[in-house]
Amino acid sequence: MSALKIKKGATSHSAYNLRPNFSDVIERHTLAVLVENEPGVLARVIGLFSGRGYNIDSLTVAEVDHTGHLSRITIVTSGTPQVIEQIKAQLGRIVSVHDVHDLTVEGASVERELAMFKVAGKGDHRVEALRLADIFRANVVDSTLESFVFEITGAPEKIDAFADLMRPLGLTEVARTGVAALSRGD
Amino acid sequence: MIVQALIDQGVDTVFGYPGGAVLPIYDEVFQQNSIKHILVRHEQGAVHAAEGYARSTGKPGVVLVTSGPGATNAVTGLTDALMDSIPLIVLTGQVPTFMIGSDAFQEADTVGITRPCTKHNWLVKETDKLSGVIHEAFHVATSGRPGPVLVDIPKDVQFANGTYTPKAPSTSHYQPQLKGDLAAITELVEAIEKAKRPVFYTGGGVINSGPGASQLLRELVEATGFPITSTLMGLGCYPASGDKWLGMLGMHGLYEANMAMHGCDLMINIGARFDDRITGVVDMFSPKSKKAHIDIDPSSINKVIRVDIPIMGDVGHVLEDLLKIWKSRGRKTNSEAVAKWWKQIEEWRAVDCLKFNQKGTTIKPQHALARLEALTKDHDRYICTEVGQHQMWAAQYLGFDDPNRWMTSGGLGTMGYGFPASIGVQMAHPDALVINVAGEASWLMNMQEMGTAVQYRLPVKQFILNNERLGMVRQWQELLHGERYSQSWSEALPDFVKLAEAFGAKGILCDNPDDLDDAIMEMINHDGPVIFDCLVEKHENCYPMIPSGKAHNEMIMGENVDTQMAIDKDGAVLV
Repeated sequence: MSALKIKKGATSHSAYNLRPNFSDVIERHTLAVLVENEPGVLARVIGLFSGRGYNIDSLTVAEVDHTGHLSRITIVTSGTPQVIEQIKAQLGRIVSVHDVHDLTVEGASVERELAMFKVAGKGDHRVEALRLADIFRANVVDSTLESFVFEITGAPEKIDAFADLMRPLGLTEVARTGVAALSRGD
Repeated sequence: MIVQALIDQGVDTVFGYPGGAVLPIYDEVFQQNSIKHILVRHEQGAVHAAEGYARSTGKPGVVLVTSGPGATNAVTGLTDALMDSIPLIVLTGQVPTFMIGSDAFQEADTVGITRPCTKHNWLVKETDKLSGVIHEAFHVATSGRPGPVLVDIPKDVQFANGTYTPKAPSTSHYQPQLKGDLAAITELVEAIEKAKRPVFYTGGGVINSGPGASQLLRELVEATGFPITSTLMGLGCYPASGDKWLGMLGMHGLYEANMAMHGCDLMINIGARFDDRITGVVDMFSPKSKKAHIDIDPSSINKVIRVDIPIMGDVGHVLEDLLKIWKSRGRKTNSEAVAKWWKQIEEWRAVDCLKFNQKGTTIKPQHALARLEALTKDHDRYICTEVGQHQMWAAQYLGFDDPNRWMTSGGLGTMGYGFPASIGVQMAHPDALVINVAGEASWLMNMQEMGTAVQYRLPVKQFILNNERLGMVRQWQELLHGERYSQSWSEALPDFVKLAEAFGAKGILCDNPDDLDDAIMEMINHDGPVIFDCLVEKHENCYPMIPSGKAHNEMIMGENVDTQMAIDKDGAVLV
């Protein structure tokens, strides 16, 4: 129509072209979410992330208070500051969620992850893997003549670094728990 | 036990449909007289009817349906209620606990399917917990931002005997904050005192907060003298006959309302959520204003639009504190500047953006609604709508002076909402005039509920603006898709008069503007359900309209409105 100056046969136009112009710096945040330990609660949290298109970099969950029926979910997520704020607000309004803490902004915190690496090899590679494991304070929890399973605990960056070193030495399998985190001090 | 819990919660009406997995509950329903059960014809209808009941009374609506298809048919209604913050308690039957997960007959993972479309849901596996969960369900549905909840009850849990927990104040951790932060409210008061071009932008949150909130809003608007506009969901929170009223805003909102939003220096959002149908292009949305936002849901604040003064709390509580603080500081406003702002608004008003020209022998839909308004406005009237052009025209041409009088599917835009909703409204208000303004395509989506209307002698009036088109789809195809009218034309429509008669109701056909008033009077005066088939202009477009990718000050208008001059001039004023 003339009022819109759109030619006959033009391609479609949508009313959803509404992207706001907020900061697009991607930040990585670690959130601690205390939830009622009830069936489906993890599905609620994960469903929120998938339904609204948020990222999950890592997620761990376990009951932490049996008498209080509370579980703690630690989520590492990334997004623009606006998205991170939304994630926290959206988590906060889930009825089963008691509390949401953004450990990244609420002062200093410690993050730890446990990982197991299976490294197969012989000769020099095997010796080198063992030496590096020692430097990283990784323990050998299983051993055959042709393989090791290392157990390593640390910040995610340390585990990434160990993985990088193991790869050329015959890394065959990795299992990681995801991040658990607590704020420092009281 | 379930029926007892409902009675203790003050429930008088349940909308539902029986089936194998809820037979024990239906057996209880049979053996009591405190709760009236309305048998719908489709579970979607039950949920929309409960929404209409809830929206028009302020009380939660209650639905009872069976497992499997009963629950999945309720999903659209649940999603609709979630988007529009309508409190509902939906009870679904489930296969016995020992059969869950075995793909039993009429089994569906109801809590899984409805998790994203309810505020919260429960699967109750122990009879002892059943009554407590139902009481908690009412608490969750009605506190904070209201919404639908679902309780899934396996058949063996229904059959077993258990201990009944009486209703008591909820002790759960879910206790949303009602009071707003006083420092933030004071900041808003300071902004109100200084504002030169203020506007109130109100929404459904005012209505959800209860009639007290609408009362406080009216007091605030009258005392400050600031103009007020509202979203589709908020119509009625401030009277349409009030002189501060600018009309609805948004994609099909009034010119003066959208221009005021664009040009204001202080926007006070009360219980609205910056929906995309309101803001248009976010980057160009009201670029020069300071924005305050009162909302009970923290996730609504800063979701779409960054605001300067966020206030988290219940609208009624916050307005009460706001008025108190503003009065204690001497009731100041910048009245000189506001008077100038009003002069500007009057110029926008003078454009008369809803002007239309009823000529010839074809009824213009706007004319039909203008006549409906004139002939029904003095009645004790409730209006429902379906979704589409007729919905926007109803919002533009009908006036609402009180809250809870306007039932429409705003967020989800559910075609087929209005007819069952009108049944729920009529159940709650048996003596009122309940009209569903519909398009013929939407109306057909839940037309089976004619059976319900006739069975319960509910005199709901189905006012169908029949253009034999999916009007809004057709309009978008005309404006945005090169006039390629793909699948937006309904062939083989029923004869609505005969259809009404087949159900044992009255049908009225009107295709001439000269007969319109008499026909509408005939509809009003008939004591029973009526299908009013109003044949209207087939290619009428709904204006004003903010086209996609445009800002509030770039509306397009109907052919009868002289816009060019006004827009150029106003654009110059605002830049």
